[in-house]
Amino acid sequence: MDQQVATPASSAIIRSAVDDPKVTSKDVCVFYGEKQALFDVNLDVPRNAVTALIGPSGCGKSTYLRCINRMNDTIPIARVTGEIKIDGQDIYDPDLDVVELRARVGMVFQKPNPFPKSIFDNIAYGPRIHGLVRDKTDLDELVSESLERAGLWNEVKDRLHEPGTGLSGGQQQRLCIARAIATKPDVILMDEPCSALDPIATAKVEELMLELRQNYTIMIVTHSMAQAQRVADKTAFFHIGYMVEYGDTKQIFEDPQDKRTQDYIFGRFG
Amino acid sequence: MSTWLITVGLLAAAAAAYLLSLFKARATVKGEVSKLHSRLGYYGSYAAIWTILPALLITFIWTAAEPQVIRSLVEKDLPQSVQSQPDALKSLALGRIASVAEGLPKLSEDEFKVVEKARLGFAPMTDAQNILQEKGVVLGSTPEPYVISAGYDQVIYKQNSRWMITGIAALLAVLGFAYSYFSIRPRLKARNTVENVVLGTLIAASTVAILTTVGIVFSVLFETIHFFSEVPPAEFFFGTVWDPRFTSVGRELSGAEGQFGLIPLLWGTLFISFVALLVAVPIGLFAAIYMSEYAGPKLRGFAKPVLEILAGIPTIVYGLFALVTFGPFLRDTGDLIGLDIAASSVLTAGIVMGIMIIPFVSSLSDDIISSVPQALREGSYGLGATKSETIKKVVLPAALPGIVGAVMLAASRAIGETMIVVLAAGIAANLTLNPFEPVTTITVKIVSQLTGDLEFNSPQTLVAFALGLTLFAITLVLNIYALYIVRKYREQYD
Repeated sequence: MDQQVATPASSAIIRSAVDDPKVTSKDVCVFYGEKQALFDVNLDVPRNAVTALIGPSGCGKSTYLRCINRMNDTIPIARVTGEIKIDGQDIYDPDLDVVELRARVGMVFQKPNPFPKSIFDNIAYGPRIHGLVRDKTDLDELVSESLERAGLWNEVKDRLHEPGTGLSGGQQQRLCIARAIATKPDVILMDEPCSALDPIATAKVEELMLELRQNYTIMIVTHSMAQAQRVADKTAFFHIGYMVEYGDTKQIFEDPQDKRTQDYIFGRFG
Repeated sequence: MSTWLITVGLLAAAAAAYLLSLFKARATVKGEVSKLHSRLGYYGSYAAIWTILPALLITFIWTAAEPQVIRSLVEKDLPQSVQSQPDALKSLALGRIASVAEGLPKLSEDEFKVVEKARLGFAPMTDAQNILQEKGVVLGSTPEPYVISAGYDQVIYKQNSRWMITGIAALLAVLGFAYSYFSIRPRLKARNTVENVVLGTLIAASTVAILTTVGIVFSVLFETIHFFSEVPPAEFFFGTVWDPRFTSVGRELSGAEGQFGLIPLLWGTLFISFVALLVAVPIGLFAAIYMSEYAGPKLRGFAKPVLEILAGIPTIVYGLFALVTFGPFLRDTGDLIGLDIAASSVLTAGIVMGIMIIPFVSSLSDDIISSVPQALREGSYGLGATKSETIKKVVLPAALPGIVGAVMLAASRAIGETMIVVLAAGIAANLTLNPFEPVTTITVKIVSQLTGDLEFNSPQTLVAFALGLTLFAITLVLNIYALYIVRKYREQYD
């Protein structure tokens, strides 16, 4: 099965069209130096929904996710071609300020990475940088609102000025989500947000995703197919640099079309 | 034979033992080497170790003890008149005997006869002295007969001793070889023995390093205690006047004791170090930030070693630079703008020393900044922070404890620095707040107290040890604290 030749991009199976997409990608390729990591990805991500990116390790799903807030810019040898638009605006437009983009597109990482600062300062970091608040009252309000949305407020409201690194792993991850929410993004990218968490913390984060879906467009990279099924409206399957199949989660998991998707979902490789 | 020759002989014996045992070990299993407990080479090393190690150890111990033993044997046979002399004179006589003993074996037969006649009184003693002088033995006065005869004794003792140790070493080597050779069996755990010897060697090496440190501390400590028996510690630690009255003659004339106040020296040391840090911390830190966050791998690969070359310049060269170039430059610049800056001043020494410790700050800070996890930077970028915001608000605060540690290591370097301040800070023990005036430091005073023409037992000299110990204590505390901080910081992200 490993010998299977990757089909060209045009043959990617798109199972259901997306009306009024939030994020659109056209022929997105990524190169790390000489090596091409992503081949002609075309994907329309629906707004106010959860879209899961699944696939075996090294398939390019994280690489694709990192294109959407231009995080790949921080890797000197990375080069992105093609077109990605958010609300119709080309995010690789040279006139576009990457700082503004990243304020609009929040990101949550695989390993919780709270700053070595207090819980309050962790949340206030983004708003302070972007001047989102006028005074202390505003800031207090924004911090508590973000923590509430991330479902962390009740657990930390009495110790806002203790270090964020002192929280448990699950709490740290929700702190990072709250931190992302605080800059008022409309897209949130999550790169395997639960891979470092225990099942209970995972359940809480998943619950949170389902809640946040009402107001945010969420894209999540995950290795857990169960998780994709629990939280995602749409699922895209990636395989060695190609987006192979994309559609409603139910379709992908119950009736995969491509042989590679079938093999992966029914656990025949990887 | 000399120790050196014995060592060479033992090495040759060990090499032979190695080969012989190799053949024997192979023979015991009829060439099926895999049946041996250890690899073949270990059997060779096993025998070689048994051959050389005991013999070599005893040779070294013998060689170390030999002069003392011979000296006491010679001393015992000296005439009563010499025995009853004070220690200093007796040791002088023994020194003369040792010189004669050096010269005697070099004499030809005829020359020896002359010396022998002189000893028995048939020829003038000056003849003997001249002959010995030709052989490189310089005696202050004509030797007494007992000196010559004791010289004979010493030569004989020495020769006997060499023969004995050569015999003992050879015997031990043979015994060691025999024991190991006949104990070679397929199940002999040769590897374990060899590895224990290797382990022992490593332990011995580290013990030497530690013991040396302890030895240094104790030698300084004893002299310091000696000093404090003459000058009360309170006067030393809290005295504000440094005036050691350089010669004891001066002290007697003026009728006053010297004053050994530490405070002006400590102040000078700290003041100069402070100026040095004022120079080194910003420059070093900014350089480190540039190197670790902005510079590309090529530039970094080039610039980092170049910056570290600064640390490789001998400090005396920095001192010359301060004395010849920088001090006069500062003075002339001061003149231009109406400031009265001495060529040797706190500023001169501090700035040059600051340049010297830049690499300490920059190199360590660079490592520490680089070890801040990339995840933190990405978290900050992901929130829309720019690179400089990320560095200012996330990377530096995270690296701060480590940077503090680096600065403290640099500070302890600055406090212990000697050559720059000897040349550029001046020698006047001023208690001043004015950075344009000369001050002096603890290290400068250690140098000047020990390089004077003073009797060793005077407080004027001994104070150097008290100063040294104080300096050691200060830098030790700084180093321990800095290492503690750096280590604590490392754990945080491991």
